[in-house]
Amino acid sequence: MTLNLAESLCSISTKATASDWREAIRLSGDGLVSGGATTDEYTDQMIAAVVEHGPYIVIAPGIALAHARPSDAVLHGGLSWVSLETPVEFGHPKNDPVTLVIGLAAVDHTTHIDVLKAVAGVLSDKAVRARLDAATTDEEVRTILGEAASAS
Amino acid sequence: MKIVAVCGMGIGTSILLKMNAEKVLAKLGIDADVEAADIGVAKGAAQTAQIVLTSDELAGELGQVPANVIIINNFFDLDEITDKLTEAVR
Repeated sequence: MTLNLAESLCSISTKATASDWREAIRLSGDGLVSGGATTDEYTDQMIAAVVEHGPYIVIAPGIALAHARPSDAVLHGGLSWVSLETPVEFGHPKNDPVTLVIGLAAVDHTTHIDVLKAVAGVLSDKAVRARLDAATTDEEVRTILGEAASAS
Repeated sequence: MKIVAVCGMGIGTSILLKMNAEKVLAKLGIDADVEAADIGVAKGAAQTAQIVLTSDELAGELGQVPANVIIINNFFDLDEITDKLTEAVR
């Protein structure tokens, strides 16, 4: 059994509304802050990363993995989940528009790898992904992630 | 064979890419070291690698390198990674 992502998420928000990609990243950053993983500064760093390197964080159709470098703004590792009511354009040539933003905070380059593996496992399963996209409450997201972890 | 998976920060997308590339390489029976690197480190690492895996945006930022630069659009799509790696090692 792989790690249950539901237990690693410090916040889940469904049907969130964001007017643009900055706001969408900010929501994922707010989730990390409310879960005690980061400070507001980390949210600014995640936005700055996209300004500097482009929308490469949109790693698959509809999914953005918002993150910045390990820094003092990271208090401990964490993951936040924001599914958007209305899809948002990030400016990615292939994978726009985005409906799910995952905020990732890491203390170094290795300790969060099991969490990333679980993210990849869950989101590369098309059936699980479709159920997650349709989920309207935090509880539903947690249940689906829990089931996905025990099934794998 | 040396393969470098490149992302902006070296903690997120490059690690996902490395994990999925390793799965594909094992399935293809190709012996290769896959290293995850941020764009700064990658400019050096790419000089000695045979293959660089990255996204469209970062491929531009990487500039000219001797390695074969493969652009992956969907980091979760093992079929895409399989097709492109198979093409590159042929």
